[in-house]
Amino acid sequence: MRFNILLLFALVAMSNSTYSQSTLSGKVTDTKNQPLDGAHIHIGERHALSNPAGTYELHNISNGQQRVVISYIGYSALDTIIDIREDMVLNAVLRYQSTQLEEVVLSESARVSKSAVVKQDVKLITLEKYSSATLGDALKEIPGVYSLKTGNSIVKPVINGLHSSRVPVLVNNVRLEDQQWGTEHAPNLDINSAGKVSVIKGASALQYGGDAIGGLVLVEPVSVLKDTLYGRSIVSLNSNGRGGSVTSSLHKGAEKGWAWNVGGTFKYFGDRESPDYVLSNTGNREGNFFGDVKYIANTYDLSASYSFYNATIGIASATHIGSTADLANAINSGIPAVVNPFTYTIKAPKQEIQHHLAKLNFNTDLSPFSKLALQYAFQLNHRKEFDIRRGDDRNKAALDLTLITHSLQADWKYEKDDNTLKSGVSFAMQNNEASPDTGIRPLIPNYNRTDAGAYAIAAHRFTNSFSAEAGLRYDFSHVDADKFYQKSRWTSLGYEGEFDNFIVVDYGTQWLTNPKFTYNNISASLGINKQFNPNWELIANAGLAMRNPNPSELFSDGLHHSNGTIELGDLRTQKEESYKLSTTLKKQGSIISFEITPYANFISNFIFLKPTGAEYTIRGSFPVYQYIQDDALLTGVDFHSDVYLGKHLKYSLNMAYVHGTNRDTDEPLIDMPPFIMDNSLLYTFNDRHNSYLELNSQAVFKQNRYPNYNFYADVPQDGELVPVLVDVSTPPPGYHLLNFSSGMDFTLGKTLTSVSFTVNNIFNTSYRDYLNRQRLHTDDIGRNFILQLKFNY
Amino acid sequence: MKNLKISLLALIATVSFTSCSSDNDALVPVNEEEVITTITATFTPQGGGETIVLQSRDLDGDGPDAPVVTVSGDFTAGINYNGTVTFLNELANPTEDITEEIHEEGDEHQLFYQQNGLGTFTYADEDINGNPIGLQFTYQASATATSGNLTITLRHEPNKDAEGVSNGIITNAGGNTDATVTFTINVAQP
Repeated sequence: MRFNILLLFALVAMSNSTYSQSTLSGKVTDTKNQPLDGAHIHIGERHALSNPAGTYELHNISNGQQRVVISYIGYSALDTIIDIREDMVLNAVLRYQSTQLEEVVLSESARVSKSAVVKQDVKLITLEKYSSATLGDALKEIPGVYSLKTGNSIVKPVINGLHSSRVPVLVNNVRLEDQQWGTEHAPNLDINSAGKVSVIKGASALQYGGDAIGGLVLVEPVSVLKDTLYGRSIVSLNSNGRGGSVTSSLHKGAEKGWAWNVGGTFKYFGDRESPDYVLSNTGNREGNFFGDVKYIANTYDLSASYSFYNATIGIASATHIGSTADLANAINSGIPAVVNPFTYTIKAPKQEIQHHLAKLNFNTDLSPFSKLALQYAFQLNHRKEFDIRRGDDRNKAALDLTLITHSLQADWKYEKDDNTLKSGVSFAMQNNEASPDTGIRPLIPNYNRTDAGAYAIAAHRFTNSFSAEAGLRYDFSHVDADKFYQKSRWTSLGYEGEFDNFIVVDYGTQWLTNPKFTYNNISASLGINKQFNPNWELIANAGLAMRNPNPSELFSDGLHHSNGTIELGDLRTQKEESYKLSTTLKKQGSIISFEITPYANFISNFIFLKPTGAEYTIRGSFPVYQYIQDDALLTGVDFHSDVYLGKHLKYSLNMAYVHGTNRDTDEPLIDMPPFIMDNSLLYTFNDRHNSYLELNSQAVFKQNRYPNYNFYADVPQDGELVPVLVDVSTPPPGYHLLNFSSGMDFTLGKTLTSVSFTVNNIFNTSYRDYLNRQRLHTDDIGRNFILQLKFNY
Repeated sequence: MKNLKISLLALIATVSFTSCSSDNDALVPVNEEEVITTITATFTPQGGGETIVLQSRDLDGDGPDAPVVTVSGDFTAGINYNGTVTFLNELANPTEDITEEIHEEGDEHQLFYQQNGLGTFTYADEDINGNPIGLQFTYQASATATSGNLTITLRHEPNKDAEGVSNGIITNAGGNTDATVTFTINVAQP
């Protein structure tokens, strides 16, 4: 509070020095008249940021000739000289830059065809809000993107009901290979290294792969195009978890010559708290680094980049169970089995993850119309999962996997008149090594994988208002694994006779096998973009995508300690094929804008985990979950709308609904996101400090469509084994959260400083979310106050 | 310019083809180090007589085969037995005796004997905090002939201070189940 008063004094003091000077104000928009939130406006040493409505004000400008630069990352800057004599209005329209080949969005200039790929962005200013959270949290801002959580630090994006291997993440044009198959493996990426994050729903962007059955997440780094040196630091303090993050980065832009970016993030959190109790062992740490250097010449540029992600994430103690009886007790008691006083200490169960990504990139102009990009990337992902263990094994990881991926690709792009052609080839080699030192049979075996792919995409603008795009891609993949099977398991899975050719060595109680699989996949996309008048736009897409089974779907064969389930893959698993149709209708208006996207995704051989029985071990019984394949149909609609209520007030609405059905059994699909409705009211003061207040209401309804996979477990009660229903299926009730956020900018010397204050879950509502894997054991987190300071210099 | 391209390609080729190697020869099967395959409860009559052995053995660990449960004979009504429980991992080579480990970490482990009307179980050992572990116990068989289920449960990290836990009541114990076996036993008239 005292801080606020000080701040107020500081602001009042600054506002005193205004005399015989003028104010420049206006609005910054893109070519589609959409406001640009967070654009930089510079006049000499004075600068401002545009607010979410795109408007800005720069005060105290000395009269006379002044150079004005208005810039926004990813857009070409406006650089002009104006003669200021009085208060003036300067509205700027910035054009999207299409100079970098890795940009997906085609240039919006009239010369080339309009993109038939719908790409939804999370802008830098929004990403900054989530500086101390995760990528998955920020992506939830996009309608139709939900999050699959394990606690609050492991957050995976769910696009139109699909996640993990069905949603590849591309970081700086490199496909992230971070063992994404696991539901408790979140993208290994520092959110603060991202300048922009976009989502493409479905597999329509074939240059990135043909297996994005759910969609793609594209993460682009911050890049400064002008000859400037720009720095940014963000400090976030959170009350819940009693921690926060510090991130700093420096960006040197250049039109020619050397440009570079460097930055790092440090995160430190203790136990999160639900309204009623501490969520013990839910702290997390992150220490990340990213940097790149780029040489820009007339017709080519060459860049090298490296990033390192290093995280330790605690898994709530209460979720660790020993047997089905423990699980039944946990569900039926309704309160966590372990609640300890708050601590920063992270014990087992926990994850320790390191991800290295190094990349070399070469772009060259082959002609005024065509460009070639060559890229090599190296990734090393090291994941250790620690479980609660006994004796000498106490500090030994229960799972220790090292995944190394080399990828090489060449992309060519040609743009002239009404035609755009894109084509490319890619090659990748991957090696997974499961350390035998864990003393636990690894769920994921050692394997080598080789991938090769080629694609071609053609787009043509038929008229000013109509363009179409078609693409085709071929992918080859070969997997060569070395896997030990217990003989009893090999027999119970019915592999005897069928897969005898895979058996290499007999180790008494175990077989060493060498399964090999080869896949040849075709994917295709077709899209049209029709502009009805300047305000109405219709985009329709049809896509075919194929996804190969991942290592866990093929090879899992044992106790998944973190779930207390026995998970069984199947060597017979076939690839999934998805046929997706979607349409987006967009209206841009000065008062009302909206975007509605209905879709249908038919997936044959959809792979999912289904309980099929129980197995008895000396620890008691465990439910057996097997990977099953059925045909699935996902239909749904995503909706987003902005309504400008006068100069100050903006109302936004996001809604998403998905209806997933197993066509073979006519049952609902498991783990489909419930209907969600997100309402926001944003009040901008349009003052020189870009002050704003925002109230957000998030209503998540109960998922009433779910398959009943409940089972009975024998729980000892009074010396007798009593069968008890283990209700793992029934989704939790719906919930409603209110969030508040406010902020303002001011200058401290030459530093543009923004301060924001946010309260999430204002009423400290107790709730559980259907897609949080902790939901059977604990409530979700309670109220959180976040104070954030941002410095731009 | 051209040189640059060539050297870049050369670099890429070198990096990608030198750093990938697979070594199949290093493969060894992982033997589960932590699995309990065998629980043996031995009941010795205090006044001498037939020792009763209850055993549960699961030689494929977490594999699909269920444990094999054996009971060597009937208990005798009204007799006091000294009991001990041992835990083995027969998947390890040589066979690992886990009992000592549980004893050393006694403050983090506790055994529970759940039954109804079979008699009385009393803890006969203590951890460093003076709480029972349950590796040693006495069993007073019921005075009259009966039969029923005895469930022996080993909990890891139970809350030993919770109500009733030190008296062998599992309800408030919490923690994780490391092992649990149910034996069907008979108490016969002498």
